Amino acid sequence: MDQSKIRNFCIVAHIDHGKSTLADRIIQMTGTLTDREMQAQVLDNMELERERGITIKSQAVRIIYKADDGEEYIFNLIDTPGHVDFNYEVSRSLAACDGAILVVDAAQGIEAQTLANVYLALDHDLDVIPVINKIDLPSADPERVIEEIEDIIGLEAQEAPLISAKTGLNIHDVLEAIVHQLPAPKGDVSAPLQALIFDSLYDPYKGVIVFCRVKEGTLKTGDKVRMMATNAEFDVVEVGYFGAGQFIPCDELPAGMVGYMTASIKNVRDTRVGDTITHANKPAAEPLPGYKKVNPMVYCGLYPADGAKYPDLRDALEKLQLNDAALQFEPETSIALGFGFRCGFLGLLHLEIIQERLEREYNLDLVTTAPSVVYRVHKTDGTMIELTNPSNLPDPSEIDYMEEPIVEAEIMVTSDFIGAIMDLCQERRGQYISMEYIEETRALIKYTLPLNEIIYDFFDALKSRSRGYASFDYELKGYMKSELVKLDILINKEEVDALSFIVFSGTAYERGRKMCEKLKDEIPRHLFEIPIQAAVGSKVIARETVKAMRKDVLAKCYGGDISRKKKLLEKQKEGKKRMRQVGNVEIPQAAFMSVLKLDED
Amino acid sequence: MSGIELYIHIPFCVKKCLYCDFLSGVFDEKMQRRYTAALCTEIKYLAATHPDCNISTIYVGGGTPSWLSEDLMDDIITTVKKSFKVSPLAEISVECNPGTLTAEKLNVYRSIGINRLSIGLQSANDDELKELGRIHDYNRFLHTYDLVRKAGFDNVNVDIMTGLPHQTIEKLEKTLSCVTMLRPEHISAYSLIIEKGTPFYEKYKFDAVKQQAGMETEDLPTDEESYHLYKYTMEYLEARGYKRYEISNYARNGKVCRHNIGYWDRVPYLGAGLGAASLFNNVRTSNISDIYKYVETSEAIASGKDISFDLSSPYFETEETLSKKDAMAEFMYLGLRKMEGINRADFYMMFGLDIEAIYGPVITALRNQGFMDAKEGRIFLTDIGIDISNQVLSKFLLD
Repeated sequence: MDQSKIRNFCIVAHIDHGKSTLADRIIQMTGTLTDREMQAQVLDNMELERERGITIKSQAVRIIYKADDGEEYIFNLIDTPGHVDFNYEVSRSLAACDGAILVVDAAQGIEAQTLANVYLALDHDLDVIPVINKIDLPSADPERVIEEIEDIIGLEAQEAPLISAKTGLNIHDVLEAIVHQLPAPKGDVSAPLQALIFDSLYDPYKGVIVFCRVKEGTLKTGDKVRMMATNAEFDVVEVGYFGAGQFIPCDELPAGMVGYMTASIKNVRDTRVGDTITHANKPAAEPLPGYKKVNPMVYCGLYPADGAKYPDLRDALEKLQLNDAALQFEPETSIALGFGFRCGFLGLLHLEIIQERLEREYNLDLVTTAPSVVYRVHKTDGTMIELTNPSNLPDPSEIDYMEEPIVEAEIMVTSDFIGAIMDLCQERRGQYISMEYIEETRALIKYTLPLNEIIYDFFDALKSRSRGYASFDYELKGYMKSELVKLDILINKEEVDALSFIVFSGTAYERGRKMCEKLKDEIPRHLFEIPIQAAVGSKVIARETVKAMRKDVLAKCYGGDISRKKKLLEKQKEGKKRMRQVGNVEIPQAAFMSVLKLDED
Repeated sequence: MSGIELYIHIPFCVKKCLYCDFLSGVFDEKMQRRYTAALCTEIKYLAATHPDCNISTIYVGGGTPSWLSEDLMDDIITTVKKSFKVSPLAEISVECNPGTLTAEKLNVYRSIGINRLSIGLQSANDDELKELGRIHDYNRFLHTYDLVRKAGFDNVNVDIMTGLPHQTIEKLEKTLSCVTMLRPEHISAYSLIIEKGTPFYEKYKFDAVKQQAGMETEDLPTDEESYHLYKYTMEYLEARGYKRYEISNYARNGKVCRHNIGYWDRVPYLGAGLGAASLFNNVRTSNISDIYKYVETSEAIASGKDISFDLSSPYFETEETLSKKDAMAEFMYLGLRKMEGINRADFYMMFGLDIEAIYGPVITALRNQGFMDAKEGRIFLTDIGIDISNQVLSKFLLD
């Protein structure tokens, strides 16, 4: 195989700029799939991805392209997620590529995540070619966008293909640009093997399927390989490349290729994403540089609605973790919810996605507790603990001070909304860093913000206050000392551990009040009055009451037809089963998530 | 010879009320005749398949049975008496609506042994009657009531409703005083329930949810108001000599509805007619609910055709054999609707088990909460237990 005929690349873009549509179009135009096989957004093959129209997991596909010069080229295209929560996934895919296509929307221009993704690609030493998409839109302004790309990113963009991925216009230009402007992989096919694992997947028949990019040497069926970080050794059963939505076996993967291998690997932990595969008998001297390991930023408790499903939840989490290394979990118990897991996520979208996948793909009914960031608690004895579960906060007398994570946020917004966005950041305890106009009508605003102010609904608030015109990206900056308190919720005088959360002391009262109001609506009336209180320490700061139910009779029973009556009673009883019993109060599962929705109105 | 009850369903009405979700509709006289013939066929079929039954009560419900012409009613009752052994002391009730009775009709009723009438009034306020989509006004009810009394009926029920849209205590008080002044032997006071599939549901569904959640409502009384309406009714009636013997039923001088009590005591009963329910040998069934299918089935039987059927009768649409647990739960949640509650000894007689062995913890918990009480071998709900009886009774379902 001629290395000079291989192109390994990915497509990066701000969310909704048409990344997956372009990937689909490339696949279709190169004949990898017939039109009939073509299903919108081939690479987004998770049900959830199609539904939400976003890419969550990286996907890879091999494409053969016959270029204008008459030669056949092999394209290995890796689709990447656009959302900031999944930067980690992007980073993993980029490590397998030599170049990147940057898709920019011809109407919207550069957005916050465009920048973030480009910088990520440049960090990985990738060559980047810009492509201007959606030029068929009436509001398209490619000249302005070209200028933006040159001014803001510093990429040459005069020759950038002007395309419409939707209609297929000028896709040919993109394919030729890939051939001529992106580099071929380098690497010696006979050198000691170095293959970077960038993803994996569990298959019940084949075991772990390891996605890798061969940097040096050649990976063949039958080879004895070693994972350089874990030292686990395996005999390679199969190697191959990625067809559209399927695995196609081949004899070998030489340096420069992207593909997969299987080796009857049962334990996912043996094949860590970021590790280097080498030959057992002729090992490489050094592993490839892995990539930045990301730590979860948001934690929450996940509990099975039915306590008996605890082992099922554990199995499901383990399976998901296989190809989502950013997902972390460990067992915990709650007085209110029983046995469950404290899970770490990259952000709220990541949390939602995992939750939905658990519910859909594994048929689990879950109770999720309020998400929390990781706080640092410095104790008076000089030790420090990283707090992921508010219930574990030590007694105030043992706490010297606390710190919370802060991020540097970049918000790109049209000038009309600058005031509104600055107000929002101010309300969220933001500290202004800078603002620059990237063009006459658009500015890039930078703020430091506490992470716990943005994980819940910042994105929604941003969109609504800018009528959808603001885009946003953030990066963890570190920790900052802060006045934090634990807000406890007492229902019928009993503290409900799963509802406790850490909050900035200045907003504790407001949040406590809203929380009580929300819970008042969520908790059905009982046969007795239920006080709902929010407390900091022993001090109650807010209170609501769920009034007692006074009347619930089904008067009519007609002609001896008692079936309706029975159904009603059964419904009543069934409803109770879906509740969590705390003391003698039954709390619906949704109530545990209600803290998330405090700012909805 | 066992005593059983007989329910007969007449699914016809002059006009469908806006809140009603019972199995009834507007059909012409031709259909009424055809249906009556089918009904009589079924009654004979029931008698043939349930020999040795002694009928203690008959209840003709609807729809509006009183809308049927007297000859059809005669056919029905006569068929029952010919086919079954009917106790000479049997209570025979017919449901009536104001405006559908005449002196002649009532005379026929008397002559065929009908001895109890239940008149649907619902409200003495004409604006409320209009809102409910009733066919009559208050004056027309008075006229009908007068006819009934003049015809010599001495066991009469009047139905009223609480929880109507925009109902106030004043309006309810008018209805209650109008009705109690007439001194019927029996009063049924039902709370309006917004049922799916009715025009009322479309109109009030959001309000109904709000009411249930204890929120502010627009047209329906709030949960708190409807509680007061219901409590007011109870106190008003009790103060005027009407003893509450079941959640919604009040009787003067012990003139309870025996047929109705049979349901709560799980006396076996047979249902004849469209959609009619039965309880026999611990099997609960309900009849075909499609009127055409119903009459065709009867006509096929009458003509001696062989017809195939999956359940144990060609008339059944549903059939459920009760397990012992089902039966025990029913014994509790039906029996406890009566103010006098249930008798521990009856439970033992029926199931061969001490009630404490099955329901001990539930009963203790409910007694501690003040929803239940016990006296002289009986267990019964307290006033506050009755108020929230759905909540309390659901605790007696067994897994």
